[in-house]
Amino acid sequence: MASNTLDPEAVEQPERRDFLYIATGTLGAVGAAMAVWPLIDQMNPSKDVLALSSTEVDLSPIEEGQSVTVVWRGKPVFIRRRTQAEIDEARDVNMADLPDPEEDAARAVKPEWLVLVGICTHLGCIPLGESGDFGGWFCPCHGSHYDTSGRIRIGPAPDNLVVPDYAFLDDTNIRIG
Amino acid sequence: MSGSTFETDNKLVNWFEKRLPIISLMHGAVVVYPTPKNLSWWWTFGSLAGVALVIMMATGIILAMHYTPHVDYAFLSVEHIMRDVNYGWLIRYVHSNTGSLFFMVVYIHIFRGLYYGSYKDPRELLWIIGLLIYVLMMATGFLGYVLPWGQMSFWAVTVITNLFSAVPIVGDAIVSWLWGGYAVGNPTLNRFFSLHYLLPFVIFAAVILHLWALHTSKSSNPLGVEVKTPQDTIPFHPYFTAKDLVGLAVFLIVLFFFVFFAPNYMGHPDNYITANPMVTPAHIVPEWYYLPFYAILRAIPDKLGGVIAMFGAIVILFLVPWLDTSKVRSSRFRPIYKQFFWILVLDCFVLGWVGANAPEGHFILIGRLATAYYFLHFLVILPIVGMIEKPLPLPESISQPVLKGEQE
Ligand code: HEM
Ligand code: FES
Repeated sequence: MASNTLDPEAVEQPERRDFLYIATGTLGAVGAAMAVWPLIDQMNPSKDVLALSSTEVDLSPIEEGQSVTVVWRGKPVFIRRRTQAEIDEARDVNMADLPDPEEDAARAVKPEWLVLVGICTHLGCIPLGESGDFGGWFCPCHGSHYDTSGRIRIGPAPDNLVVPDYAFLDDTNIRIG
Repeated sequence: MSGSTFETDNKLVNWFEKRLPIISLMHGAVVVYPTPKNLSWWWTFGSLAGVALVIMMATGIILAMHYTPHVDYAFLSVEHIMRDVNYGWLIRYVHSNTGSLFFMVVYIHIFRGLYYGSYKDPRELLWIIGLLIYVLMMATGFLGYVLPWGQMSFWAVTVITNLFSAVPIVGDAIVSWLWGGYAVGNPTLNRFFSLHYLLPFVIFAAVILHLWALHTSKSSNPLGVEVKTPQDTIPFHPYFTAKDLVGLAVFLIVLFFFVFFAPNYMGHPDNYITANPMVTPAHIVPEWYYLPFYAILRAIPDKLGGVIAMFGAIVILFLVPWLDTSKVRSSRFRPIYKQFFWILVLDCFVLGWVGANAPEGHFILIGRLATAYYFLHFLVILPIVGMIEKPLPLPESISQPVLKGEQE
């Protein structure tokens, strides 16, 4: 190149051509990444799936000590009308004993009603109610025990059963989601 | 090596050859391919795996003509295949039982490699491509098991996809991306069918690379000494085509024994109950070929740790060519390592047995010990034995022990 013969130093200098290579390469990479995104994002939940995001439940038929399972976003949700004994047990726990410490009061808007996503936080099985070593739920898949507030006590599950977003519409109706 | 290159007087063949030399390529690969003359029966499992793949693809494509990948119809369409489609029951049972036997064949093939040191220089890439095929097979088998949409199908997807939720921060986003929803549902089944159809073709391509690497580095053999002269080899055809056909006959006898007399033996009865997202069966187990890994997953009492150990158990196999420090390939000449090899085999059976049982009582302890031993074998025993062991004297060549009339 002309510049090389004129100035030997220029061999070490970045040239116009290097700049063009880098700029073209960068633009190409960004373009390719943008082209790939739709191919990846198509697998995320589609709009109709996202639209099914809330469920309303009438609580009046549920007696004390009874649970029902409703479906919300294709997942089971446990709604339990707790007995006084269960509430006391849940409130009477030393936070230091919990793998995922959380006060019962923060998990139940009204102490009587416990609303939980009925999916084990380990690998997604559905725990069995009123069983396990802590009188709450027990997941048979790999042996996780939850207490009467749905908090993980022993077993491989890392977190408490999830409390979904829900609100009381009136005294006996809730909307989940 | 055995000298002969492809030659013919046939004008049409020559016309073709000049434009696309595929006939001579095949001739070189399956007719004159110089094969060590001492290959034992353990060397027939590779070609058996190839046949199994072809059977899977043929029966699978037929099943796909009658199957409906929709949560409301999948289970029914499989029942329709079983009851209404002409010979549908036969084709489905051949597909599901060959699937199981395919894994059995591949496991024997892999352990053959571990015993005879087939992964050692210059066959490292051959080994790695083989393991990639194995990983793809596990993915394909898992995706296929989901398609009948029974209870085991449903809970297998749920548990396996949830493994990814152990990934820090992005875990939940990955899982909902895999599902296409908030839970396993129709989008999940639909995409799994698409991928189950795709992966066998990817496997097929990987098999071609595997054979290419094989024909570049050539077959090893039970003695583990390299071929030195043409006297050490015989042409693949007719000697090994004939031997492999005998192996195939035995394979087909076993396959059709299962197909006709115990077609559901390797399956699980709960998979004849339609998927119910609201009820998990009391005892969920994966297909038998995943059991050892399932045991490793459950041996670690921590979610992320369990997942890492499980994937680690597979990753470690990729490192075997570099973890093995022995100068000698074949365990025949490795008196110490030979014993550890059989302990490893036993350990894998123990892991499988633990994986099949609920994680209670003594199974927890046995599972942990067996998992620890698995890693100990590859990370400690394999490198150290190779350094301290004194191998038995090797024969000078493949032909030498035979010519001397020695009994191996
Ligand atoms: C590597 C090769 C393959 C493996 C390991 C494999 C594995 C499996 C397994 C384990 C099942 C479940 C069987 C059952 O529970 O009854 C299955 C089902 C199925 N496979 Fe495959 N498969 C392979 C290739 C293919 C191919 C190439 C197709 C073509 C599209 C296919 C189509 C199907 C269909 C439609 C089903 C559902 C019907 C049924 O449950 O029998 N498979 N596969
Ligand atoms: S899924 Fe509940 S313990 Fe594993």
